[in-house]
Amino acid sequence: MNTLPQILLRSFQEAPQRIAVHLLEDQAEIPVSFRRLVDGAAGYAGALAAAGIRPGEVVVLILQPGEALIASFFGAMLQGAIPSIMPFLTEKLSPEHYRKSLAALIEITRPAAIVTYPEFEGEVRAAIPGNSSVRAILLSEGIAPIPSGHWPEFPGLARAPQEICLLQHSSGTTGLQKGVALSHEAVLNQLGCYAGVIGMTPADTVVSWLPLYHDMGLIAGFIMPILLRSTLVLMSPFEWVRAPWRLLRAASDHRGTLTWLPNFAYNFCASKIRDRDLEGVDLSSLRAVINCSEPMRFSSHMAFLERFRPYGLRPESLATCYAMAENVFAVSQGGIEAPVTVDEVEARSLVVDRLARPANGDGDIIPMLSAGRPIPNTRVRILDDQRRELPERHIGEIAIHSDCMLAGYFNRDDLTAKAFHEGWYLTGDLGYLAGGEVYITGRKKDLIIVGGKNIYPQDLEELAGQARGVHAGRVVAFGVFNDQTGTEDAVVVAEADEADEAARHQIADEIRERVTRGSDVALRYVKIVGPHWLLKTSSGKIARSANRQKYLAEQARQ
Amino acid sequence: MSDDITASLGRYIAAEILKDPARQLAVDEPLISSGLVDSFSLVDLALHVESAFGVRIDDTELTAQVFDSLGELASLVRSRLPAAS
Repeated sequence: MNTLPQILLRSFQEAPQRIAVHLLEDQAEIPVSFRRLVDGAAGYAGALAAAGIRPGEVVVLILQPGEALIASFFGAMLQGAIPSIMPFLTEKLSPEHYRKSLAALIEITRPAAIVTYPEFEGEVRAAIPGNSSVRAILLSEGIAPIPSGHWPEFPGLARAPQEICLLQHSSGTTGLQKGVALSHEAVLNQLGCYAGVIGMTPADTVVSWLPLYHDMGLIAGFIMPILLRSTLVLMSPFEWVRAPWRLLRAASDHRGTLTWLPNFAYNFCASKIRDRDLEGVDLSSLRAVINCSEPMRFSSHMAFLERFRPYGLRPESLATCYAMAENVFAVSQGGIEAPVTVDEVEARSLVVDRLARPANGDGDIIPMLSAGRPIPNTRVRILDDQRRELPERHIGEIAIHSDCMLAGYFNRDDLTAKAFHEGWYLTGDLGYLAGGEVYITGRKKDLIIVGGKNIYPQDLEELAGQARGVHAGRVVAFGVFNDQTGTEDAVVVAEADEADEAARHQIADEIRERVTRGSDVALRYVKIVGPHWLLKTSSGKIARSANRQKYLAEQARQ
Repeated sequence: MSDDITASLGRYIAAEILKDPARQLAVDEPLISSGLVDSFSLVDLALHVESAFGVRIDDTELTAQVFDSLGELASLVRSRLPAAS
């Protein structure tokens, strides 16, 4: 049992009737047993084989969360192919930009097949360049399950543990050109280790609304529960964002024990659920509510606890995790055996001296939420700018080493080489170690994280730069943490010659529209400034962090 | 009355969702399909409508198919207000 398809088939053989996933769709609930899951996957494996898709080739899945996505994901694996889930087109994203993103993905990833809905076929065909790698477009509606006994051969069962089993991309043009390639072995090493840390067993029930194209949703909210035979209760992110109470209702109805949430979801649930939607809800079965994938705030935990304690939420269920796709998922985990450590440090020292000094009562204090101890298979080091290891409580770049690291960025040896230093993966995150626990303080890389989703600022800058009246290349995008929402606000500052207020408003509107329709990110603030406002680096590039500082300083004065 | 609803909703969206109180919204300007109002703000809008006007918008109605502009939202609110005496 050392590859994913082998484990899935073992579950089918040993527990065909067991419910692997309860799919919540609209008001309905579809129980998907291992038999139904594997029969559905067999249908996709057969269709991929018939289309001439060979083991080791990439299959891109453009599907909404649901049964077709689950079946095609595991179906690709049974065929020995490498599935990669692409974010789905939302109503506000312009087809033109979606095509551009898809073309960017195809160019680097070179998939052999794409699976989508019939109504999407035109869009997908339009995005495929003439001489591309794509040989087949499979439509979900034409693919029926194949009952066992009629299954085709599954070449995926003969894959070696070291071979790539899946690709994971983040969104946007930049993210889609940087697929994290993970081997069967890496995924299983992570699952074995992480499941041990959180004590996950088949008795657990995971409730999740997370998108499956993101590591937290894909691993913790999908692959891990299915392979471990824990029950998964899965709802769509599109539904959750309109009705966050449904996650809590699902946890209550199914006696959910585990859930993973990005920090903003704590604030979102705490402030946007009416009492009447919580009538009869009992959250006492949740043994861990795990905060992961964006900066974690003590205040978010407190708001969540205060709101849901009357509904049975246990204070000891609050947990934290530091994770990334490049380590399959978890790097460290806190709050399982003991409450999450809160490290009270001097604010000034943290910012000025890059040192996390325990607070002694003078000056401002920041309560840092621990991300817990590294999981047993993963080592963590803090490095200075010269990549020398720093002692405890010094802030530097977090580097990791484990037996579950990425095989590389798919077809991007250049990026893979840059990401490692002497075998250690450089995360681009800043933090410190104290008492053996990991604390995340910020980010070295230019990345914006909104609602747990990674966004590359260069994608937003390119879109904003196309607005009329904006000087090309004179745009900067960055994130600013918003304590009220518990996540970052995406901000764009653009230079324009136009000094008239009304005209500037118009430019700002166009920037908002272009960014939303081109990236699925809603900008919170757009600031139009005059020429020469933006700061450049010595090499002439727009300096994102310096401009962020300048923007914050100006806002503070207003 | 109807103009009050439109104006009040317009002020709320400009100030609280777009963070730009000076922003004037046209009654027929697309809000959801254009991405001006992002999905995270839709619940806010529903909660605001409920507390400001005492009418309910169901979660399933928070889509561009049901309302996409200030005018459409105001009509939806108006249609649910108790008949004026």
